[in-house]
Amino acid sequence: MSSDKQIQSTQEARMGEGVDSRFNSKLREAFGSSPFILTKFDKFMNWVRGSSMFMLQFGIACCSIEMMHTYAVKHDLDRFGAGVPRASPRQADVIIVPGTIVSKFAPRMKRVYDQMPEPKFVVGMGSCTISGGPFHEGYNVIKGAEEVIPVDIHVPGCPPRPEALVYGVAKLQERIANGESSPVTVKPYELEQFGDLEGDELVRHLADQIDEEDLVMRYNWAESP
Amino acid sequence: MSLERPEPSTHDQVGVTERGLDYEAIDDLLGDLVIGRESHLNAEGFVVRPERVAEALDRLKQQAGFDHLSCVTAQEYDDRFESIYHLKKYADPTQEVSVVVPTSHDDPHSQSGNAVFRTADWHEREAYDLMGITYDDHPDLRRILLPETWQGHPMRKDYDKEQPQVVTFREHANPLQEDHRAGGGEGDTMFVNIGPHHPATHGVLHLKTVLDGETVADVEPDIGYLHRCEEQMCQQGTYRHQIMPYPDRWDYISAGILNEWAYARTAEDLADIEVPEYAQIIRTMSAEMCRIASHMLAVGTFALDVYGDFTAIFMYSTRDREIVQNLLEDLTGQRLMFNYLRLGGVAWDLPEPREEYFEKVRDFLDDLPAKLEEYHDLITGNEIFQLRCVNTGVLDPEMAKSYGTTGPVARGSGIDYDLRRDDPYGYYPELDWDVITEDGCDNYSRVLVRMKEVEESAKIIEQCVDLLEDWPEEEREIQANVPRTLKPDNDTEVYRAVEGAKGELGIYIRADGTDKPARFKIRSPCYSNLQALPEMSNGEYIPDMIASLGSLDIVLGEVDR
Repeated sequence: MSSDKQIQSTQEARMGEGVDSRFNSKLREAFGSSPFILTKFDKFMNWVRGSSMFMLQFGIACCSIEMMHTYAVKHDLDRFGAGVPRASPRQADVIIVPGTIVSKFAPRMKRVYDQMPEPKFVVGMGSCTISGGPFHEGYNVIKGAEEVIPVDIHVPGCPPRPEALVYGVAKLQERIANGESSPVTVKPYELEQFGDLEGDELVRHLADQIDEEDLVMRYNWAESP
Repeated sequence: MSLERPEPSTHDQVGVTERGLDYEAIDDLLGDLVIGRESHLNAEGFVVRPERVAEALDRLKQQAGFDHLSCVTAQEYDDRFESIYHLKKYADPTQEVSVVVPTSHDDPHSQSGNAVFRTADWHEREAYDLMGITYDDHPDLRRILLPETWQGHPMRKDYDKEQPQVVTFREHANPLQEDHRAGGGEGDTMFVNIGPHHPATHGVLHLKTVLDGETVADVEPDIGYLHRCEEQMCQQGTYRHQIMPYPDRWDYISAGILNEWAYARTAEDLADIEVPEYAQIIRTMSAEMCRIASHMLAVGTFALDVYGDFTAIFMYSTRDREIVQNLLEDLTGQRLMFNYLRLGGVAWDLPEPREEYFEKVRDFLDDLPAKLEEYHDLITGNEIFQLRCVNTGVLDPEMAKSYGTTGPVARGSGIDYDLRRDDPYGYYPELDWDVITEDGCDNYSRVLVRMKEVEESAKIIEQCVDLLEDWPEEEREIQANVPRTLKPDNDTEVYRAVEGAKGELGIYIRADGTDKPARFKIRSPCYSNLQALPEMSNGEYIPDMIASLGSLDIVLGEVDR
């Protein structure tokens, strides 16, 4: 047999000259000889979702200052693939609720949340989004964000440090990647049309001020936690 | 010394004497309008007839020179409601007078002061909203902080906190719909909602804007999206410890210690507490650090508004804020909500080892001039920035005074008014620094004032560090002797203000002999400053309106309280 050719493996034969070394990467090394991986599509999607999250640029109160610091230099949430604040809810996956929610703002926040495309995730930042925090007893304060929208991760603190928020977001990513946090469709608190409310004393009193078709939010402070 | 005023200009006004205000002369001036006298700790109060409020205010403004209505406080007694107009002079804020307007309990109404002071508009609306006092001749008496459909007035004693409430959420007006609000039905205008969720409104502010082409025909700030009952919270807390955490959360842009000082100053005057000199220096130093942090954010977000993205300037200012926040964290243990001041002093001494802390502070101060130079290169020296800001959002001094603006907004309109110098407190009178004013009255001037104030704050900090370094170890007294429970005398009333990051941050407290205040009213500088926005932006282009809003540097936590 006269051949200069060295014996090559099937794989080498198949790959020809080999791919440009510029495409070599850690990932490729990890995959070994085979450039293919087998995974479930769901799992892959979850991994993708968790690794690239667009945050909604949404500031309410004190916590939003710390949230800004989390996005900006030093803490740089972008390192974790979650640091592109989007001004429009239609471009965002995650809403961080950074502050106290009061009666006038709750329906607006609900509206912003509803405008986000599914799947969407909510990080409640600070004690106010848990229970109303230091303002729990206020006549005007919603006792936690969960009265209005479903919350995936609560980050306690008043305000939480940027590190705590980073940890919260990382935990959310972990949960998403593991498929533990399914796309949320539960909406515990709906805006109702005024005409659909029970015709109690208050509703009768307001009847001539509010159009039947107007969306309203009804607060029952006595029964809120 | 640089702290001397150029010239006192109040000599020819009624009641001004060498020894201070002569209240008898003011009494004579008001004549038959007065039906009684009260004595507050900060000033004499004149009880005037509820149907002739405007006349009384007008006489005080025109003839006695009280051109600054800093606050309107509404409160409830067992037998009556009361509005107090706290008047001051821009030329000398130590000359104060309170106009007390009593009204009946069953049908509380009194005349509006809106005709004399533009700022009375919002202050009276707030009083109506929370306390339910009606003001006759008020142009637009609606709820301001609470939703329009709210039932009851929550600061009243008989308010039922448990009752259900319905809050409407109307569909936003369609911008493409025809709209003829401006120009009497003929104009071709467009209505735009800016906010309450909008990147340029610095929080949850809603601007109802009517546009004519690209110019703003009318803008109406709609506030109350962050009204978290701060006054109620403070009225529920005891003087000694339970109130102090809340001021941190009014102006939450790292200006915590400045706000805490407002409460500390008021309560210390109320309970007659002397603060040790050493503690005053620590307070002064930390407060100025807060001012730097706050102004840095103001400049950063202003650049964010004007340039429209998270650009280098925003990142630079955040970087520098981080340094200040680290210094404050070393001192207080917190990044944002310091809760560091105590009545009669501060919570604890400087961190050990002290040399290391001083070195850190000095490093920061040494680097600051070069950084400010960089800011000036990037922002104020930038031609595009100047095009956007020079001569836009003009607020002339007369209007600024009528709206009761204070702080950098007033100083950017050439009003030489800074409570640190004019109504001295803390350690400021002993130090060498300047009050910055700019005469441009435009967005550019306001930014310039803030940037120059950072330099002044740095000067103050440097002098404080020098003093603290040489302070003998055995005389480091950080806390006066304060009783465990404070119970100021019944019916003591006081209004005191400090120079917060945004302007005159005042607090009115009425004691009722218990360990909790009977009325706790916050005079927020942003509330008055924001009111001037329509004045600054009507007739201007809409991007200039955004720039004006940015240059006002409002914090919604303080506007809505």
